[in-house]
Amino acid sequence: MSEETVSITIDGVEIEATPGQTILQAADAAGIYIPRLCAHPELEAFGACRVCTVKVNGRPQAACTTPVAKGMMVENDTSELLEYRRSLIEMLFVEGNHFCMFCERSGNCELQALAYRFGITAPRHDYQYPVRTLDGSHPEVFIDRNRCILCGRCVRASRDVDGKHVFDFVGRGHEKRIWIDAEARLADTPLKGEDRAVSVCPVGAILRKGTAYRDPIGRRAYDHRPIGSDIEACRPAEKKG
Amino acid sequence: MAKPRIATASLAGCFGCHMSVLDIDERILDLIELVEFDKSPINDFKKFTGRCAIGLIEGGCCNAENVHVLQEFRANCDILISLGECAICGGIPAMRNTIPLRECLEEAYLHGPTVHNPRGRIPDDPEIPRLLNRVYPCHEVVKVDYYIQGCPPPADAIWAALTALLSNKPMELPYELLKYD
Ligand code: SF4
Ligand code: FES
Repeated sequence: MSEETVSITIDGVEIEATPGQTILQAADAAGIYIPRLCAHPELEAFGACRVCTVKVNGRPQAACTTPVAKGMMVENDTSELLEYRRSLIEMLFVEGNHFCMFCERSGNCELQALAYRFGITAPRHDYQYPVRTLDGSHPEVFIDRNRCILCGRCVRASRDVDGKHVFDFVGRGHEKRIWIDAEARLADTPLKGEDRAVSVCPVGAILRKGTAYRDPIGRRAYDHRPIGSDIEACRPAEKKG
Repeated sequence: MAKPRIATASLAGCFGCHMSVLDIDERILDLIELVEFDKSPINDFKKFTGRCAIGLIEGGCCNAENVHVLQEFRANCDILISLGECAICGGIPAMRNTIPLRECLEEAYLHGPTVHNPRGRIPDDPEIPRLLNRVYPCHEVVKVDYYIQGCPPPADAIWAALTALLSNKPMELPYELLKYD
């Protein structure tokens, strides 16, 4: 073990982590996939979705916001945690209006991909069919709030990467919505089609116009391999098992 | 031994899921060897003729008749399967669920840009099944045992599910066959 690293274990596998890394970052580097939705490698951690919940020394913690510490015992791939994560995904599906059959992001959507990875065939809660609004005023981008899962990626990307602060949340609890920095219309914001805030959305809530259905079925990101497979493929051979 | 019986119905759906059943291609001949079709639009049997092993439901419930048929399927089938997105989440018909029913009817029969309705009446003949306030997924109306996702579900998923269930095996579909579109 080198001076600069600390060792932690994830599901009994010992890995080396760099102080300052989060559990999620350390796991990624070691080729261990911890499911996540609001976390994004280019953005500051936010801790909103709780899909990355792991147990650290027996206590539930968000892997994307918890820094590594020497000797941490992390549980990740357990039936109990899988059950928590499944419930979260199921709740996101019933709380919005996710019509996958015509959504432009279908096949490339991270929410849908997690549902596939967890093998969700139907949510156990009743669908809420909330009334949500859509804004198609901008020439290059639209927002469909029916599909927004309030992950806050667009908020962070617009503020920290694009330097614009086009998006933010309004309201609380089930009234919470993603909103824009303008009186009424997305067209009145400084948003541009190539902004990072547009491309980081994990679902089809913020989409660039004119790009829909480019990838044919069978060639989309999650058609053949579950989300997280890319991370798992980087797992060093000697660490397997 | 008598062959197990299968029944199918299309509620608030587009018949696409039934097309996908036919899309199992020549395996339909194997299916006929395995099962007897009971009430179904495939053979046009209007009534149940006996207890069924499996009921396949396409579409959710948008009107009172859908609810009645679904309850009849639940009562007559050992295993009930929601087939496709509309049965599972309401699907395209459920897009009306965020709009009050009165507004939907007025748009369709009175105010829509292409409406020609000089008498200004919204159809209300007692023969027409009453619309529900919104479209309901099947499992919010009766107990559903299995779900086959897809819009429509891939024929391979339907085949895999039916052959597993008919031989008393658990229905486990490979990753590629679980798709919501
Ligand atoms: S619009 Fe997209 S990126 Fe923004 S909060 Fe909603 S889901 Fe997240
Ligand atoms: S990914 Fe950690 S809370 Fe969302």
